[in-house]
Amino acid sequence: MSSPVTDIPVRGGNITAVPPLPDSERKPLTKKEMSADHPTWCPGCGDFSVLALYFKLIEKRKLWHEKITTIAGIGCSSRFPYFVQAHGVHYIHGRALPFASGVSLSRPDLHVFVFGGDGDAFSIGGNHFNHTARKNIKMTYVVMDNWVYGLTKKQTSPTSPPGFKSKTDTWGAVDQPINPMKQAIAAGATFVARTTHTNPNHVLQMMEAAMDHDGFGFIECLSECVEFYPGAFDSSNPRKGGAFNLVPETHDVTDEIAAYKLADEPFPGRFGIFYKADRPTKNKLEAGINAKAQEKVKGLKHWQILQQNFDRMK
Amino acid sequence: MSEATMTAPASGGRPKVSKISEAVIRIAGNSQDGIQAIGGFLARLAGRSEQEVMTSYEDHIKSLRKGGIVLFDSDHVQPKPEWQQEYRHLGVAISSMTVEAIGGTGKDKGKNMFVLGLVAKMFDLNVPKLEKLIGERFGGKDESILNNALTAFHAGYSHSLDNVLETFRFVEGQKRAGHQVVMTGNEALGYGLIAAGVRFGAGYPITPWSDIMELLRRELPKYGGTFVQCEDEIASISMALGASYAGRVAVTGSSGPGISLKTEALGYAVMAELPLVVIDVQRGGPSTGMPTSVEQSDLNIACFGGHGDSPRVVLAPANVEDCFYTAIEAVNIARKYSVPVVILTDQAIATRIEACEEPNLEKVCQDISPDLTPIADFKPYDLSASDGLTHHAPPGKRIASGKYPVVTGLEHDEMGHPTGSPKLHLAMNAKRRNKLRKLASELPVPQVYGPPEGNVLLVGWGSNQGPIREAVDRARAAGDSVSSLHIRYINPLPPGLENIFSGFNRVFVVELNDEGIYGYGQLAGLLRARYCDAKIQGINKTDGLTFKVKEILEQTRARLAAAKAQPATA
Repeated sequence: MSSPVTDIPVRGGNITAVPPLPDSERKPLTKKEMSADHPTWCPGCGDFSVLALYFKLIEKRKLWHEKITTIAGIGCSSRFPYFVQAHGVHYIHGRALPFASGVSLSRPDLHVFVFGGDGDAFSIGGNHFNHTARKNIKMTYVVMDNWVYGLTKKQTSPTSPPGFKSKTDTWGAVDQPINPMKQAIAAGATFVARTTHTNPNHVLQMMEAAMDHDGFGFIECLSECVEFYPGAFDSSNPRKGGAFNLVPETHDVTDEIAAYKLADEPFPGRFGIFYKADRPTKNKLEAGINAKAQEKVKGLKHWQILQQNFDRMK
Repeated sequence: MSEATMTAPASGGRPKVSKISEAVIRIAGNSQDGIQAIGGFLARLAGRSEQEVMTSYEDHIKSLRKGGIVLFDSDHVQPKPEWQQEYRHLGVAISSMTVEAIGGTGKDKGKNMFVLGLVAKMFDLNVPKLEKLIGERFGGKDESILNNALTAFHAGYSHSLDNVLETFRFVEGQKRAGHQVVMTGNEALGYGLIAAGVRFGAGYPITPWSDIMELLRRELPKYGGTFVQCEDEIASISMALGASYAGRVAVTGSSGPGISLKTEALGYAVMAELPLVVIDVQRGGPSTGMPTSVEQSDLNIACFGGHGDSPRVVLAPANVEDCFYTAIEAVNIARKYSVPVVILTDQAIATRIEACEEPNLEKVCQDISPDLTPIADFKPYDLSASDGLTHHAPPGKRIASGKYPVVTGLEHDEMGHPTGSPKLHLAMNAKRRNKLRKLASELPVPQVYGPPEGNVLLVGWGSNQGPIREAVDRARAAGDSVSSLHIRYINPLPPGLENIFSGFNRVFVVELNDEGIYGYGQLAGLLRARYCDAKIQGINKTDGLTFKVKEILEQTRARLAAAKAQPATA
């Protein structure tokens, strides 16, 4: 039977090629070159500081526009990609991690950053968080945790503490909140850190460490919602009379039980790297499977590999 | 496939040998009896068969023609007296004779091989070829397993058929040109995707889609590709979309329940204009439905599932060979039109084994690696694109202007930034719709099977092509004016259908789905909405089995009789 097969399409008339520019001739990107749309966040929102530090990270680590991909789901913080001048994706609610996994697993030449909020990460996307962590897919994931649904104007979030009065719990939240640190450690994340938007140096430090980690690097960054949960994190902010306590220097980041205990400390708890494990990424494991499989078909063109299957079906 | 034409048994003495060109062999048994294995061996031997899994012969005996042969295990089955009058019953102590041959108990394996031997004797099948197939199947295991299988097979083959009144010999079929390859529809789809250049896929296990993901998981690494088993259906389509965005069309797939879960992300692919191939191996629905039965009731969700206006492409392969080429076509349409393409196959094609002409792989295989050449400037949703088509710049591609695109599910401007502009929403909705209109205008006009004008036109899609064409042949042989039309492009529909329909008094759409509240099925509904033609009516059923030629003919006659009683106004 002959079947109409559309020819391989000639790609877009809307693209003009230019010669490649050697890296040596390129200067680190400035904040101006990195910023795109003006953020839609409310004045005073904690997310501004995370965005500013992302720019700083890009500048400091000399990352190029095209070598990073910024991916987010839905929520206030998930608007992130629109504000960054780089390849970006604003995906659907809760599913940024699997989308990012598809990019990470098929493009080892890129660094994938995912930004989102607590609803995206721990409620609608909760299962993806567990599985991306256990599979140890290489990417950096920053969750801006504000303990409330902000975009939809003040409903209870999976991290809202008991007693928090929202529009869906006018008498105060009753459900046990998720502890993001415990969740990440239990799920098998290989890099688990905690920071807060009020300490910019610490945020940058954690972002750099997460980026340098070969695996799924997760950061919970407390990020105050000044509109619907003002003052939520005051007790972690020295300028508001709170305490910013670092992870003790004696803490062994490879000790899972110790990390779990650290995560159990009452708010404001500790800031820094709770847990770090050296476990091969899925990216690396799949590459190993491929190398082994390709060894057996060395020197063959792709159609010839497929021909082997067809020869067996004769 | 038609039922065998068998002559009456010879009177007494040695079994009569009848020459036949086709036979329908139905095999029923309990789970774990290895029923599918027998079917598989026979299919590989014949190079063609249709398979339906059955666990009780009581439910299916009606599909046997009067006077047909029932070969049963007399150790376990007691046929009803009234059936013994209608069909020729032949009891063989299958369980105890298998035990006699290879030891063990009646619950152990081997009965299926014994039955295969019986069938081989009855139909005078090629024993050396069957032995070779058995060797291939069991060769890799413990030597004793292969020996037992062969012993059981020969015990069945050498079982005295004195009490059989008739055996059969197949007349030599016409040799087909070129090399033939034998595979299932799911295999054809999987290999078609590889030929098309797909190197990433993601999925979640569900019957009858799982074979495809198993195949891709096994094969893709040879090509440097990866298939990921995800935590759920939503993650699967999301991960595949991520890989598509990263520059090379990826695949996900499922069956009914999983497709329902994927629809939000499918709508995203339409909105974001990301290419993607989604395979839906349809099974009986709704809900968990009938996982191992065939149905064509996902047409509506494939074409329209999801919220908002989200035009996408839907293709339905007609048979196993078509699965291979449809996979390639789906990838190329997805790439050219920056749109998700759903391949609507079904349980019958998925598991059916067919011989088909070997494709010229050197010619057919294609490379669709992303192009990362730097570009001057770029708009991901350029409204002034001359052909209305835009393609994404994959991450990794440097854009000299320093203005980078965002891919998004929010309504957006030409750079992919969110907008609430009524004008832009209108323009972008038109962009997404018009590219499908462009595709429709480029599709080939389908060919009518039989004369292009007449009384009845049977319209079908998917796995119904075979029985519909045979129904046309039989109806025409009986002097009835019947033709048929097979539709591969479900959404958008191909051009020229209006002209074709105008040549017939009646148009009956034959589909394996319910006739619905208004009396016609899902494709019929689409055609009626499109052509406003009341002569389009439905021939439907949902018993979980493929259409039998007889059923199509009977329903066609019934429709015509009803129409005669009350003539159509057209």
